[in-house]
Amino acid sequence: MPDRSTLLRVEHLRKVYEPTTGSVEAIGDVTFTMDAGELVCIVGPSGCGKTTLLKCLAGLLRPTSGVVEMDGAKVTGPSPAMAVVFQEYGRSLYPWLTVRGNVELPLRHKKLSRADRDRLVADALETVGLAHAARSHPWQLSGGMQQRVAIARAIAYQPEVLIMDEPFAAVDAQTRADLEDLVRELHTSRKISVLFVTHDIDESVYLGQRVLVLSASPTWVQEDLAIDLPPERDQITTRALPRFTQLRTHVYGEIQRAKRGQAAAPRSAP
Amino acid sequence: MTADTGRTASTPRQRGVGSRIAASFRYALGLPMLLLVVWGLVGTNETSGFFPDPLTISEAFVDTWVGPAFVEDVLPSLYRLGLGVAASIVLGIAAGTVIGLAHWLRELLEPLLEFLRAIPPPVLIPVVMLLLGITDTMKVVVIVSGAVWPILLNTIEGVRATDSVMTETAHSFRVSWWERLWFLVLPAASPRIMAGVRQALSVALILMVISEMFASSAGLGYRIAYFQRNYLIAEMWSGILLLGLVGVFLAVAFGFVERRVLRWYHGIKEVNRA
Repeated sequence: MPDRSTLLRVEHLRKVYEPTTGSVEAIGDVTFTMDAGELVCIVGPSGCGKTTLLKCLAGLLRPTSGVVEMDGAKVTGPSPAMAVVFQEYGRSLYPWLTVRGNVELPLRHKKLSRADRDRLVADALETVGLAHAARSHPWQLSGGMQQRVAIARAIAYQPEVLIMDEPFAAVDAQTRADLEDLVRELHTSRKISVLFVTHDIDESVYLGQRVLVLSASPTWVQEDLAIDLPPERDQITTRALPRFTQLRTHVYGEIQRAKRGQAAAPRSAP
Repeated sequence: MTADTGRTASTPRQRGVGSRIAASFRYALGLPMLLLVVWGLVGTNETSGFFPDPLTISEAFVDTWVGPAFVEDVLPSLYRLGLGVAASIVLGIAAGTVIGLAHWLRELLEPLLEFLRAIPPPVLIPVVMLLLGITDTMKVVVIVSGAVWPILLNTIEGVRATDSVMTETAHSFRVSWWERLWFLVLPAASPRIMAGVRQALSVALILMVISEMFASSAGLGYRIAYFQRNYLIAEMWSGILLLGLVGVFLAVAFGFVERRVLRWYHGIKEVNRA
């Protein structure tokens, strides 16, 4: 069954929180696979457990049952093949370190020579367009630039897959468009796989090669939609395509269905 | 620089750094100068002898402290103070970090720590004296027994309050335990730790003096008590003045270190205010 090109395999993932007030089933039964080099967006109604799902994938939370496999190996904790970009950049970057220091921190425990480490940091900062701000502190930068630092930190770590948790939810619309294009560019030029969680339907269609629509909690994958837009995308022409509008309308309808709980849960995954 | 520059109508930005420092000095020293003048006027007309005028005290200051007394009394006191503060910082941060990181340890120790902190350290002096004799170690132990608490409790609180997203970030990038301690936990707690150190400094100074008043044959506290018992009033006041100066020096040194260590913290506050 393990396919060489399958990067991430999630099977019957279930997560139940058990606070003292009684158990809450956050994730019901999530199953999907992701191939190497894919850009997959996960979208769902608010409160559908997107962040919980992502933490389970990244090895930050232990699922109640089910399997997460990365390159055929079971994920039991944070994996060196994954790098996470969190939504709250202000709380994810360390304000006492410079931009450079933040990008460098995850590389310290990798057995790299000083020169290799410096090269990775400089290269990552160059890629996100922040080479000039290496010696600044994160709080001296705008929100969009701070999120760029978080992205630089993730790519300097050289993961196989970039896991992004609503990374642009807190930045303004123009900055968001720039950052979306940055993610597209990282995906094409660096051949990096991206798993992008968002609540923004347009964003998911614009970015993704595939969009997974999640149901309301307890969550399962309601639809796995291939986005057949041309690989070369840009903010003006792509978003003006009739196909773009069709797709976003379709996803929008699915989300509405999910909210009303009309879609039927799967009895078992294929 | 001329004294006039401060009075021109120019904005602070346009004024030179030198004259700005001069202006702040004028503010800082203005009130003490005024008080000295008032004191001088009152002191010269006063006959009880308990409140000599500033000139007499400053003469006594030079006679008493400049010379061998500096080596015999002041330096040993400062040495014990420095040792006590350093030990309190090391002990407070080390123990505070361990307790702050371990949930069960915190629950176990919290009531005990609250109790120990509530004991006024001077009452421990006779006990410590019995155990350690009249030694430097005893005095340092007394200083630590009081100065360690604000650092310890602030460190526990600071370590415990490390942001969950920052911790998760460190986990997701598999940052090692030591790196997490050095690059996350301690810096995150540093504003609280520094607040603790600031309190510890004043407690340490008080305990330095008290420990020497109890049982000693040298030291600032001993000297001041000695002058007082022998009615050397001007000398006694000069010792109090010296203690005040030591306190001011500690505050300045602390401020210098604090600004460097917490540059990011003050920077964020400034950005948020703008």
